[in-house]
Amino acid sequence: MLNMKDIMETITMIQEDNLDIRTITMGISLLDCASDNIDVAIRKIYDKILFKGENLVKTGEEIEKKYGIPIVNKRISVTPVSMVFAASGGDPVKYAEILDKAAKEVGVNFIGGYSSLVHKGFSKGDIELINSIPLALSTTDYVCSSVNIGSTKSGINMDAVKIMGRIIKKTAEMTKEKQCIGAAKLVVFCNAPEDNPFMAGAFHGPGEPDCVINVGVSGPGVVRAALSKLPKDAPIDLVSEVIKKTAFKITRMGQLVGVEASEKLGVPLGIIDLSLAPTPKVGDSVAHILEEIGLETAGGPGTTAALALLNDAVKKGGVMASSNVGGLSGAFIPVTEDQGMIDAARKGVLTIEKLEAMTAVCSVGLDMIVIPEDTKEETISAIIADEAAIGMVNSKTTAVRVIPAIGIKEGEELNFGGLLGQGPVMKVNKSSPEIMIKRGGRIPAPIQSLKN
Amino acid sequence: MRAVITVIGRDMVGILARVSTECANANANVIEVTQSVLQEFFAMVMLIDISSLNMELEQLKINLQEKCPDMTIHVMHENIFNSMHRI
Repeated sequence: MLNMKDIMETITMIQEDNLDIRTITMGISLLDCASDNIDVAIRKIYDKILFKGENLVKTGEEIEKKYGIPIVNKRISVTPVSMVFAASGGDPVKYAEILDKAAKEVGVNFIGGYSSLVHKGFSKGDIELINSIPLALSTTDYVCSSVNIGSTKSGINMDAVKIMGRIIKKTAEMTKEKQCIGAAKLVVFCNAPEDNPFMAGAFHGPGEPDCVINVGVSGPGVVRAALSKLPKDAPIDLVSEVIKKTAFKITRMGQLVGVEASEKLGVPLGIIDLSLAPTPKVGDSVAHILEEIGLETAGGPGTTAALALLNDAVKKGGVMASSNVGGLSGAFIPVTEDQGMIDAARKGVLTIEKLEAMTAVCSVGLDMIVIPEDTKEETISAIIADEAAIGMVNSKTTAVRVIPAIGIKEGEELNFGGLLGQGPVMKVNKSSPEIMIKRGGRIPAPIQSLKN
Repeated sequence: MRAVITVIGRDMVGILARVSTECANANANVIEVTQSVLQEFFAMVMLIDISSLNMELEQLKINLQEKCPDMTIHVMHENIFNSMHRI
């Protein structure tokens, strides 16, 4: 029989340490929905999402009941809309509206894929779609958007970087009545993964099968709780070992749920994404793991090293537990979604510059950072360029999701509520990058040898 | 298919009886029981067969919680423990 210690460990993980399946995301290809007429295309999109996704929420809830594990979100990601739009034409916002309608009908809480992949250049429809993002995100509730502006293989599209600074600012302005929430649903990527189940950056890559289930597992609280049992003088190797073992167990649960969901829905299982994704709930913070490792406050000296160790150990444990680990897998550091990060930012210990360093070793990038209203478009573009450069050179995914706090004074906070959390306006360096950003063009792809 | 019931709380008369009665009502066969009483605390792990259960597992859990309101009760499918703790 199973032993009592194992049983109690699992129950404590779920009940007290907030272990959960963060999301079951169904990826749906929209490539076969293209038509020479926009009305036909959007009808096909709506029908396909409803046909494929109709049982997604119900199945998620059934698994939740069967195993007693919370499955927090059920979501859908679709083929980057720019591809369908390029063929079918019309008003791009209509595609966002139909995605929103389909998401509401199916009962998911986000739909990702109002996206464009422009890392090497713009194809037909890309610029039009990107320009429509502010309107699309302000007139819909559930649609998420992402733009990939760089990759290790192709360099960084600085024309796109320039545009995205303006788009982010405009999106925040157009949703200023709603805490600038539009900008929280828009991610700018370098090396975007095609199978990521986490929002706002999820989209269904063109190399993916027609329909696929991707599962995102989380559990920063579980890792922190496991570390808290270690003596304070335990060597750091042991810290890594504990994280690895915990990550293994968490991912095994994700694998179980993924296989079950895939069987029930008759859709192949794509990947398990083991990402320590914090929520504003107490005890669900990545910053608190770093503090448990031995830092006074996240963001202080030592943070990058602790995060590097955490991210690596999570991957090692996760890879062993599932045959198909993918997506972003690692540790997320979204500021407003993490109570420990929020506190550190309020104290001024956590700064954007330190966060940038942290993104070189964590799984994503500058995430959910509230920046001052008067931050210039060029400055936002330059922040994107810096972040993309880290991703490009280090062959990893990086992203920028910053929220210009329109109408909010310094010292005040934005509050999105729910999983997106809240956070103080963080200080941005005011030195101007204007001339560089206005140059446009493309940063060439980096050399992959002579690594120093 | 099997499930694990755990019951934790202050020791009192009739816990095992109540839990097993609810299992019987749900047509779940009790396969194994381990229990320990440490001072006044009671902890029990029960393995039950749920292949011919006459209600949802969730319902059994609700019934158990109603019958033993002062105890912390969890009912979970065996697969979770197997996948987490067995390679």
